[in-house]
Amino acid sequence: MEARGLVKRYGDREALRGVSLDAAAGELVAIIGPNGAGKTTLLSILAGISKPDGGEVHVPEGEVGWVPQQAALYRRLTVEENLLLFARLEKHPDPHASLEEMLELTGLGERRTEIVARLSGGNQQRINIAIGLLARPSVLLLDEPSVGLDPRQRARLWEFVSALAEGRGTAVIFSTHDIQEAERYGGRLLVLADGEALFDGSAGALREVVRREAPEAADQDFETAFVAFLHHRGH
Amino acid sequence: MRWLLIKDLQILRRSPLQAFLLIAYPVLIAVLVGFAISRSPEKPRVAFLNEVPSDARVSVGTSQLPKVGVSGRICRRVECVPVESHAEALEEVRSGDVLAALILPADLVDRLNSLSTPSPQTPEVEVIVNEEDPVKARLVNDRIDSLLTQANLVIAQRIAHEGGRFVGLVVHGGQFKVLGQAIPILGLGNTTRILLALRATLPAGALRDSLDQVLRFTALTRNNLGTASTLLTRLSQPIEVDKQVVNASTPPLEVFAIAVAATFTLAFVTVLLVAGSLALEREENAFPRLTRGLVSPTGLLTEKVALGLIAGLLVTLLMLAGLSPFVPLHWGRIGLWLIAILASGAALGTAGAALGAAAREVRAVSLLAFMVTLPIAFLSLIPSGTVGPHLYDAIKLIAALFPFKPSLQAMTGALDPGGPSIAAALLHLAILIAAYGLLARIALRRFSAV
Repeated sequence: MEARGLVKRYGDREALRGVSLDAAAGELVAIIGPNGAGKTTLLSILAGISKPDGGEVHVPEGEVGWVPQQAALYRRLTVEENLLLFARLEKHPDPHASLEEMLELTGLGERRTEIVARLSGGNQQRINIAIGLLARPSVLLLDEPSVGLDPRQRARLWEFVSALAEGRGTAVIFSTHDIQEAERYGGRLLVLADGEALFDGSAGALREVVRREAPEAADQDFETAFVAFLHHRGH
Repeated sequence: MRWLLIKDLQILRRSPLQAFLLIAYPVLIAVLVGFAISRSPEKPRVAFLNEVPSDARVSVGTSQLPKVGVSGRICRRVECVPVESHAEALEEVRSGDVLAALILPADLVDRLNSLSTPSPQTPEVEVIVNEEDPVKARLVNDRIDSLLTQANLVIAQRIAHEGGRFVGLVVHGGQFKVLGQAIPILGLGNTTRILLALRATLPAGALRDSLDQVLRFTALTRNNLGTASTLLTRLSQPIEVDKQVVNASTPPLEVFAIAVAATFTLAFVTVLLVAGSLALEREENAFPRLTRGLVSPTGLLTEKVALGLIAGLLVTLLMLAGLSPFVPLHWGRIGLWLIAILASGAALGTAGAALGAAAREVRAVSLLAFMVTLPIAFLSLIPSGTVGPHLYDAIKLIAALFPFKPSLQAMTGALDPGGPSIAAALLHLAILIAAYGLLARIALRRFSAV
């Protein structure tokens, strides 16, 4: 997936100012930045939900899977009814086989007949992600996927997402507020602030930039180094 | 679309209380409104005490009128509840068992007879009403006034008839019975013949001239009295009604009430279901996911309208079937019923979709749907002439902008051959479907905003 010079305006406010991004097969790209940086706007443009006012997006052949920040599913339906519904809407040739595959992938096979509203937030998020994967996308977009999950659920989630990237070669682009999570799982980081891309590279490369621009924070933990970087860049 | 429809039905099945309320509440309102309309007090219950002696007769001059039968006539127009005493009548009214009490006092006929004497007394009947609220008071007063006017008319007609008979005796002659004795009355016609015969025997002169004067007088009197009978009849009811009916599309009241009940049910079920299920897509954050290529926004709107239409059709048909043992319905017109229900359901559904796109939460949308549908439904029932002309024009405009009134016209036309034109209502509904469909489609763009 490749996006070049994306611009998005909401009235007088520029939410994105010429942001570019690409992701290769099997790559995990983390989008990080403070609140209002434009992370969700960028993902919604990549997902095709929102149209950019400038720039262009090139998507590879095949579907782009999109997992919104808030679970987009029907809480009064069961786990299996949700997955089966979206498999049918995706016009999957064998919806039941797809259902079984996703139940195995999410580890929710034993809870397939439970109403989604009775599941924990973590399990609901797993179904949310599974729905995004039903079309076997070559690119998966995740908007703050670990929000509201406990550490154990978070670990399971990232194990699951990493397996997708490594096992299936899915390009995964995710946004997060958790800087440690971005450092740990993101092969590449895109730092956004006020709609502007400040950095695009690995966590190690970001630390090198911090070492040059804010040496006092270079040996601190990654989150402190990141905050010092933003501060040095005027954000 | 099929899978989305099944999904919505599954969700509805998972919320039995909500589904029950969605169906039961509109049906309850519909039946109450229909009941209220069809139970207008055509024959109100009135306590009736007749203290007039059974042998009392109204007299005109020296003769007695045949029994008028006022009580029988009154009891054809109201449901008479016979009471034995003044106190019982008072209690019946006070308890609310009857709308009013009408008491014909024992001296009523005597007072009527006194009208032709040198010392006339005003005949009075006693009316007891319970004016616990102004609407009821007005209704009772109007009804009693109407009944008394009827009673006065009956008596006046009898008197006019007897008066006409007397005039006939004077003009044509005949037998007049007084105290069981028949008295022959010569009459003006016979008088003229006798006088003409007498005149032929008289020589010209002053006596014959005088006889000619008498003959002219009798001829003149006979001619004028000849029209008196008609005049007396006209006097009791001088004005006759020449009713010209315009907009002649009045089905029987009970059929109209059924049409109102059916339209109420259809309106609430479709508007609430469509608006609520559309808002649910947004509340569950599913709308962006669905419209990313799984289903088009227009397809989603069509599915929601179809959902409302199916539910509305089933509930309305069930309600009609449930009411048919009590009200005769033309089941042979079921084809027209289906057309009316489908067209109305589609129009109401698209209006519901436009409302559903206006808010994010199902609860807010449901409230909005109620707040819009209920007052417009009631406004649509206001007949012309009951409010000022400018206000009625405004009401007519508002009612025309929402599908309730054309739906009611379509349902009334479909249910009864005497109803309004179903074709005009269907055209109106088609225009509203297009307008609300466009509005809903535009409003859906707000759903996509992140």
